[in-house]
Amino acid sequence: MTMIKALTRLLVAGVAAAYLHAAAPASAEEVEVKIGNFTFGPQDLKVKAGTTVTWTNKDDIPHTVVSPNAFRSKVMDTDGKFTFTFTTPGTFKYFCSLHPHMTGIVIVEAQTGGM
Amino acid sequence: MTERDDGMNRRKVLECMTWAGTGVLWTITGGVPASLGIIDEAVASPAKGFTFLQISDSHMGFDKPANPNVKGTLEEAIARVQTLPAKPSFMIHTGDISHLSKPSEFDDADQIISRAGLNVRYVPGEHDLLDEDQGRLYLDRYGRGTKGAGWYSFDDSGVHFIGLVNVVNLKAGGLGNLGNEQLEWLEDDLKGRSASQPIVVFAHIPLWTVYPEWGWGTEDGARALGYLKRFGSVTVLNGHIHQVMQKVEGNLTFHTARSTAFPQPAPGAAPSPGPMKVPDDKLRSMLGIACVTFKQNEQRLAIIDTPIQK
Repeated sequence: MTMIKALTRLLVAGVAAAYLHAAAPASAEEVEVKIGNFTFGPQDLKVKAGTTVTWTNKDDIPHTVVSPNAFRSKVMDTDGKFTFTFTTPGTFKYFCSLHPHMTGIVIVEAQTGGM
Repeated sequence: MTERDDGMNRRKVLECMTWAGTGVLWTITGGVPASLGIIDEAVASPAKGFTFLQISDSHMGFDKPANPNVKGTLEEAIARVQTLPAKPSFMIHTGDISHLSKPSEFDDADQIISRAGLNVRYVPGEHDLLDEDQGRLYLDRYGRGTKGAGWYSFDDSGVHFIGLVNVVNLKAGGLGNLGNEQLEWLEDDLKGRSASQPIVVFAHIPLWTVYPEWGWGTEDGARALGYLKRFGSVTVLNGHIHQVMQKVEGNLTFHTARSTAFPQPAPGAAPSPGPMKVPDDKLRSMLGIACVTFKQNEQRLAIIDTPIQK
């Protein structure tokens, strides 16, 4: 059991590291998501608890970032930003309330050994 | 395509009009649409009977390269209204009055649109519900006498008009949304009406599925259309996609109007549906208004899309 747990943790950490490496090479605690061409980039994020994610709208049309029961940005016009710090582990699906076909996910994992 | 009553093949004429790049005028006789002619002819022969206007997507406050002067083009669109040979009875605005739901944006729209001297009936677009209270501002301004998020119906000259709201409570991954409460209201609103009464339904997002990949459709639109099927003549007027598009399905005629602010690409023609930058001398040919005529004696409804400038 402990073996499987440890392996899983390793695997999850590996995947998270791969994501973080792609998304935010500068820091593990600050991650950027760019909104462009009506898509969130990256669309799927894996972060550790405590990570702050900043969305920036690069489109010529306003967008929002809404995760029911978790967070709701104000409308972001071009170059507008929204920042949210994920303190609790979990899966946060979000979308743009103006253009609901725009969706994304943030998976938040416990910071250290909490699993 | 010069005759008004020749019953010429509709598709052929629509194709022809697409090619002409000007606009469309067509009629509905007993629920069967037939084409009429292009704008110039329509303007040349003033409509008799009952006419109303549709404007859409004025996006006051938008200032990006696709059109840095949306006030100017709205002014031009309203000036076009004033040149129409037959004075319309009223105007509908199918949403996205403002770009960011700011009071100043609504003020600008009201100030310019009022120059037409017409009573205006509104439905909101998703850009009109961006205030802190998610639509309170819109309802305070435009929602008097409406139900729920701003839906309502009224009769004018024998035609039953229904303004629907499909931009509230949008669900992740979904399209436009009417919601159960509004659909129940609609079913009730139509109950007991004669199937021969012409119906005009207007809402911001197309009620038919234009292009789901870009969210251009209404999740529960089919249920609304189900309630409308028994009527002999149903015309559905929408905005949102900033281009003229039409479809006929049995007795239902679907039509989207141009924006007065900026064009958007044809479905799938660009990486995203964002504002489309076109050469300055082309812009005004891609913005415009729609003029809808109901001829009482002939039981027909005609829609003319008029660009601000050819």
